[in-house]
Amino acid sequence: MQFGIFTVGDVTTDPTTGRTPTEHERIKATVAIAKKAEEVGLDVFATGEHHNPPFIASAPTTTLAYIGAQTERIILSTATTLITTTDPVLIAENYAKLQHLTDGRVDLVMGRGNTGPVYPWFGKDIRQGIPLAIENYALLRRLWREDVVNWEGKFRTPLQGFTSTPRPLDGVPPFVWHGSIRSPEIAEQAAYYGDGFFANHIFWPASHTQRMVNLYRRRFEHYGHGAADQAIVGLGGQAFMRKNSQDAVREFRPYFDNAPVYGHGPSLEDFAEMTPLTVGSPQQVIERTLGFREYVGDYQRQLFLMDHAGLPLKTVLEQLDILGEEVVPVLRKEFAALKPAHVPDAPTHASLVAAAAGGKDSTVYAEADSATGSRAEDAGAVR
Amino acid sequence: MTYTVAVVSAGLSQPSSTRLLADRLAEAVRAQVKEAGGEVLVEVVELRPLAHALADNLVTGFPPPELEAAIAAVTSADALVAVTPVFTASYAGLFKTFFDVLDKDALAGKPTLVAATAGTARHSLVLEHALRPLFSYLRAVVVPTAVFAATEDFGDTTSGQLQERIDRAAGELAALLAPSTVRRAPAPDPFEEVTPFEELLRGNG
Repeated sequence: MQFGIFTVGDVTTDPTTGRTPTEHERIKATVAIAKKAEEVGLDVFATGEHHNPPFIASAPTTTLAYIGAQTERIILSTATTLITTTDPVLIAENYAKLQHLTDGRVDLVMGRGNTGPVYPWFGKDIRQGIPLAIENYALLRRLWREDVVNWEGKFRTPLQGFTSTPRPLDGVPPFVWHGSIRSPEIAEQAAYYGDGFFANHIFWPASHTQRMVNLYRRRFEHYGHGAADQAIVGLGGQAFMRKNSQDAVREFRPYFDNAPVYGHGPSLEDFAEMTPLTVGSPQQVIERTLGFREYVGDYQRQLFLMDHAGLPLKTVLEQLDILGEEVVPVLRKEFAALKPAHVPDAPTHASLVAAAAGGKDSTVYAEADSATGSRAEDAGAVR
Repeated sequence: MTYTVAVVSAGLSQPSSTRLLADRLAEAVRAQVKEAGGEVLVEVVELRPLAHALADNLVTGFPPPELEAAIAAVTSADALVAVTPVFTASYAGLFKTFFDVLDKDALAGKPTLVAATAGTARHSLVLEHALRPLFSYLRAVVVPTAVFAATEDFGDTTSGQLQERIDRAAGELAALLAPSTVRRAPAPDPFEEVTPFEELLRGNG
């Protein structure tokens, strides 16, 4: 099982000091957090994508490449990549490039985004959210799997004899998860392709997660990718820990009370009961997290949100120490003991290469494409 | 046949004249249905104790358990009696908030009786100008008679005019409660009846 963290990159005032970090500070803090995640033994760092204040989460592949250059082992992922408003050609190029630069330490979680106004910023229409997610992803898959693509759809200009470069590392595209809080269509999409399904699993009651994961598992089996309990499931989670649970509650409460999304609403205690948020001792986080598999089954990836709501960098790094030293080692052992042998691990670049019976260089040279014999510049003539 | 009637009351004082009117309407509906050979199970949803939960729902996007139960009671009822005090020339904010957090299809086709209370009869058209459009938007079937009770109506114990309106409205609601018209089939569950992906790929989402 993989453990890691995910961030939305919010620039939020620290309610205990009234100080708001600059974009520069928050961007640098994100890098420090990612490096710390590797240092304390986590497996995954994932960044969200937003294109508006108060977030610094635009240009995710720039962030991930910079982090990739300063880390050795950690998988770089997204939570989520906006498949609706980002040109699939750019996604294909950017993440294939990231694969090469980081020797395959890349996967992605596709999402539609939750900010309505973002659609027109990129020339899209929010009313087409689901159809955009479906068409764009179908094209992205082809761009990574076919050297030369002729394509026509509803939402972007047609492609004729187009080769997306670089080709995926070792001829193996990055593994893809699909994330959605409550759209059955997205669980269906993940199941259809045999991709992973990532449930945000924060800020909402676990019943939402359970419904989505159950649907995904059932349809994964329907489409013949394996038994329902072999589907690839990832969960989010949210925790704040101190040695004594009362200290954790006291320290986190002002951040909770003023947090974006849920602040100024329910009490911390009520919210912790209604959603997967855990504020307490490391032992409480371990117990709560182990309980997740009771309603989603054996799953492959657990990401925690640790750095939002204005928590200072120092506190976040302390939280990562606790997570890496006291929580994750226990969870690894316990989850491994519970998991039946036929339930697979989350795919990695190495496992995907092995499944493809070895990697192959898939460079497309300008002269002619090895598969079709056509050259990009000849595409018009070939047609 | 037994019909469930959800009675939503948005009165804030205790005791409240809004709840008083709601109870009289519920009783009248029960009597009229009984006359026609049916039974009524009344489920009262008082919004005042849900005020905090409603505000939380606005902030978080999901209902706390006690509000979830109230929403389920209204959504699954065979008919609805909705009663609000008039605040600043319209329904009370608490009343509107409850209907704001309902699913937009929750009241579709549901026989509904609307009623309001106020200090003066000068507010009586609030029923026609505010409540009726709200429930039309939600595609509820609102009975023609809406019941307005001003303070003076509660004082008038001799003319019987308020009781007459209550009985007329209750009769209209009871007339819509028949085995053939009550919508009992649960709404399709999108997590059970999923659109196959080939359909979505063809753009038929």
